[in-house]
Amino acid sequence: MTDIISPDIAPLMPGMAASSIDAEGDPTQKKLGIFFWICASWIVFVILMAIFAKVLPLPNPTFQNYAAPQNAGPALGHLLGTDDLNRDILSRLVYGARVSLVVGFGGAAIGMIIGGIPAMISAYRRGRTDTFLNTTSYVLLAFPVIVALIVIIDFWGRSLPKITLIIGLFSAPLIYRVIRASTLSYATRDFVLAAKALGASDRRILAREILPNIMPTVVSFGLIAVATIIVLEGTLAFLGLSVAPPTPSWGNMLDEGSTLLSGGAGQNNPWLVIFPAAAMFLLLITLNVVADKLRSHFDVTEIKL
Amino acid sequence: MSPLLDVTDLRVTFATPRGDVKAVQGVSLSLEQGKTLGIVGESGSGKTVLSRAIMGLLPLQGVTQTGSVIYEGDEILNAPNARLRRLWGTHIAMVFQDPMTSLNPVLRIGQQITEPLKIHLKLDRAEARETAISLLTQVGIPSPIERYNAYPSQLSGGMRQRVMIAIALACAPRLLMADEPTTGLDVTVQAQILDLLATLQRDRQMGMILVTHDLGVVATRTDEIIVMYAGNVVERAPTDVLFSQMAMPYTEALLRSTPRIANPSHTRLLTIEGRPPDLSSPPPGCPFAPRCPYAQDKCREAKPPLTPSSVPGHSYACWFPLGSGTRTDGKVGVA
Repeated sequence: MTDIISPDIAPLMPGMAASSIDAEGDPTQKKLGIFFWICASWIVFVILMAIFAKVLPLPNPTFQNYAAPQNAGPALGHLLGTDDLNRDILSRLVYGARVSLVVGFGGAAIGMIIGGIPAMISAYRRGRTDTFLNTTSYVLLAFPVIVALIVIIDFWGRSLPKITLIIGLFSAPLIYRVIRASTLSYATRDFVLAAKALGASDRRILAREILPNIMPTVVSFGLIAVATIIVLEGTLAFLGLSVAPPTPSWGNMLDEGSTLLSGGAGQNNPWLVIFPAAAMFLLLITLNVVADKLRSHFDVTEIKL
Repeated sequence: MSPLLDVTDLRVTFATPRGDVKAVQGVSLSLEQGKTLGIVGESGSGKTVLSRAIMGLLPLQGVTQTGSVIYEGDEILNAPNARLRRLWGTHIAMVFQDPMTSLNPVLRIGQQITEPLKIHLKLDRAEARETAISLLTQVGIPSPIERYNAYPSQLSGGMRQRVMIAIALACAPRLLMADEPTTGLDVTVQAQILDLLATLQRDRQMGMILVTHDLGVVATRTDEIIVMYAGNVVERAPTDVLFSQMAMPYTEALLRSTPRIANPSHTRLLTIEGRPPDLSSPPPGCPFAPRCPYAQDKCREAKPPLTPSSVPGHSYACWFPLGSGTRTDGKVGVA
């Protein structure tokens, strides 16, 4: 009997409805939500496409197919159309993703290693090294990154590994600041002192007590860093300072496409700009959404305390 | 038999922008194997700093520690961390004040108990797990196997404090420091935790230092009590002597401000008027004089030394001890 009427009454009694949810499972175990999974799938999809580009039935991204229509919009043979040199845009987008992903994830990883690890140590140990690194990071942050990048890349060269390394180095100060702040908030907690009083070494305390606590920050800020670096690489490519053509990257595709846009009659093909811009936009927004959802998901541990 | 722990004239000073804060001003104590020492005092009396200084847990920067802390014949005050690390956990362990913050919120209980076992006793995973579950059983945690995989947030405060005790006892320390182990817990759980500590201490013949602000807590569970005020020991005595012949007005005031079950309901809780002195510029005389109902001019001019009374083991720092008949004023110093 109660089973039959309760669904009708439940909406009238919000308190009761809430408590029945509590009883069912751990209420603090928030769901990530369908939007998160759509975004995460897109990132994984882009990564997989980039990794398996060679295996996919795509023409060579630098192959100038004179049998194909020149500067054409989407069509059956070339799903996203061709550019002014008769190259397949879809293929160029997929190969271009390799550049963005390598620079983005590689640069963020390098930044995490040379910025994040010293940040944890200096925030835990404090003292002179901390003061020194802290000041250094402020000085480096005050530096106009894009100008420095242009100069260094111009002199040193513009291969993919070099660009990744340089951008990684320049992202380190910001990552240092974020990780240091996060570590500081845990370094003086009682459980750290308790671990110390049980004879745990500093390395063990950093790796086993503090790192799991700052992991949500590392992951979510890491993804934001990836997105920021992809934009930075796009900017460099747009200025003609990333990987050299004909190797495709989203930035240099945008650059070439925008030059053609203003090229006059017969040359006007907006798809050349729309597709790389859309690819970059989608990857950036999904990275940001995933980062943000993960951060709020992990925040639960704090509330539960 | 030489004592387990021998502290002589320990002084701890913090350098702060307002000047040096003398948090501990010359404390001496000694503790034998299997005995329990209570350290009692209100907030800010230096008892936590004292216990951390004994363990060597205070930060090195901005802190000056002088005197001597001898553990089993070795000087450990100002010893390098590398050396103390060999004592921490296996010889000296600590149960912290707040079980809510002393456990790592993102690690499972099991991980936190097995950690010291793996570090110090070099147990492998399976052995460590088995020992951990037996420890959880010893501290009275129901269904220890399920709790082993739980996170701290899934346990109640009392359970967490039991886990803290299990962690502290994991490597069978010979000296256990319990820093207000029951402050954050409700009264029935307090009694359980204290009884648990007392039982484990007897079974394992540990030396224990029980730090608390509650005289009621130490009354039945300690062999000796030290009363601290403003960084000084103001009275020390074997437990029974302290309660029968207390000499220091501060001890009396502390005892008065302990709530009693026997009192009728709505009895006004007695408090100690005023606040402890600023430790960066302590008053010239007895530090308790400004709040003492019996204070006389002499108290405000000269600091009384810790002097032995007629009872062996009992000493106090007061010019006009209770019951000596030298008091001029019998009024009770409470509102």
